[in-house]
Amino acid sequence: MCLAIPGKIESIETRYNGAVRIAKVLFGSISKEASLEMLPEAEIGDYVLVHVGVAISKVDEAEAQKTFKYLAEIGELGDLTDVDEYLPEE
Amino acid sequence: MKYLSEYRDPELARQYLAEIKKTVTRPWSIMEVCGGQTHSLVKNGIIAMLPQEITMIHGPGCPVCVTPLHLIDKAVHLALEKGVVLCSFGDMLRVPGSEKSLLEAKAAGADVRILYSPLEAVNIAAENPDKEVVFFAVGFETTAPANALSVVDAARRGLKNYSILASHVLVPPAIEAIMEDVDSHIDGFLAAGHVCTIMGTFEYYPLVERFKVPIVVTGFEPLDILQGILMVVRQLEQGRAEVENQYARIVREEGNPEAQKTIYEVFEVTDRLWRGMEIIPMSGYRVKDKYAAYDATQKFRINLVEAEENPACLAGEIMKGIKKPFECPEFGKTCKPTNPLGAPMVSSEGACAAYFHYSGLVEG
Ligand code: SF4
Repeated sequence: MCLAIPGKIESIETRYNGAVRIAKVLFGSISKEASLEMLPEAEIGDYVLVHVGVAISKVDEAEAQKTFKYLAEIGELGDLTDVDEYLPEE
Repeated sequence: MKYLSEYRDPELARQYLAEIKKTVTRPWSIMEVCGGQTHSLVKNGIIAMLPQEITMIHGPGCPVCVTPLHLIDKAVHLALEKGVVLCSFGDMLRVPGSEKSLLEAKAAGADVRILYSPLEAVNIAAENPDKEVVFFAVGFETTAPANALSVVDAARRGLKNYSILASHVLVPPAIEAIMEDVDSHIDGFLAAGHVCTIMGTFEYYPLVERFKVPIVVTGFEPLDILQGILMVVRQLEQGRAEVENQYARIVREEGNPEAQKTIYEVFEVTDRLWRGMEIIPMSGYRVKDKYAAYDATQKFRINLVEAEENPACLAGEIMKGIKKPFECPEFGKTCKPTNPLGAPMVSSEGACAAYFHYSGLVEG
């Protein structure tokens, strides 16, 4: 029900004389429309989280790395040298 | 897919599990509030891999499951008797009402449609000016902006034939109700990441203060959940009770101000009955009087007798974490996803359905 998935904004069009912005968002190979009314600052190329047709948050790239570094950061895993393998590809 | 599949890395999941095992020294009960997290926990087999000291308790976080019986009856009544085009999210259709589910109403000739977004329902209203279109707007805070936006959109397009049947519930008052229930013993919470995406994290500070329980805002992928569990366990073992944010790639402290603005344009906070539980004060949204013309309950003045719940169903105890689905005598016997007695067996995020499909407790 609260399922929301991240996708990349491919294009943006405006409706109602510019009052409303609607994006085409790419999820893997599927592209779907999403309202950008909750994210006035979102731009083409941004990753956004979409829930029932509305984009509700921008993905923060720097924060996204933290799950992959957390174990090393709390310093209790010994030598976790190959953590880079688990980072998202660019 | 970026920001999705990398959070399913089995090797890193193993390392998280090892770290959880190393950290835990005594038994802890942790509640994941959101049904999406329950689904992910059970589906990915995480529960079986956790050290036995940790018991995951499944919270009430399935909006489909907590929508009161009388609202389902109202939706069925609107579809069958008032001849409206009744639209909702897929899961709502199979939830049993006191006489019929929406799916059964559809089989009996009602115009019931499954939609992906409430905004599509507004388009249907625009294309069918001679028909009344009602969207059965269920959900937590996550879904409230979209449902509110549908009303705003209908109003600015001047549509007179669109309304919502609102069944909105809020997470923090539910956590409060669970902590106040003497039968539930929860040591820490994974808070629902997508709810906090909208509302932010500040509502949880008073709860942490009052009940001295760690609350970690957590995402939905296996690594998110494992990291969230580790963060809760570390707090518990260190004797801390704080709000922490595991899902900071999505959740900001202040939430989404634009979304909050849209919610409060259309909705106001009200007391709310949670199916299987009770009326929880200030735990839901109702449509403001300003938008009464878009509120199906005001527009159609439906008078129905409030029906009794099926007494065999233990949904309330399941959703407060007092009982597990397999402790229900009906589980997998008279109650199955194909023939659910209660809502937690309907939605894939309901605890009963999640156990039925993925836990290996039931064959087939
Ligand atoms: S198994 Fe069925 S009857 Fe039992 S609590 Fe779950 S939904 Fe209700």
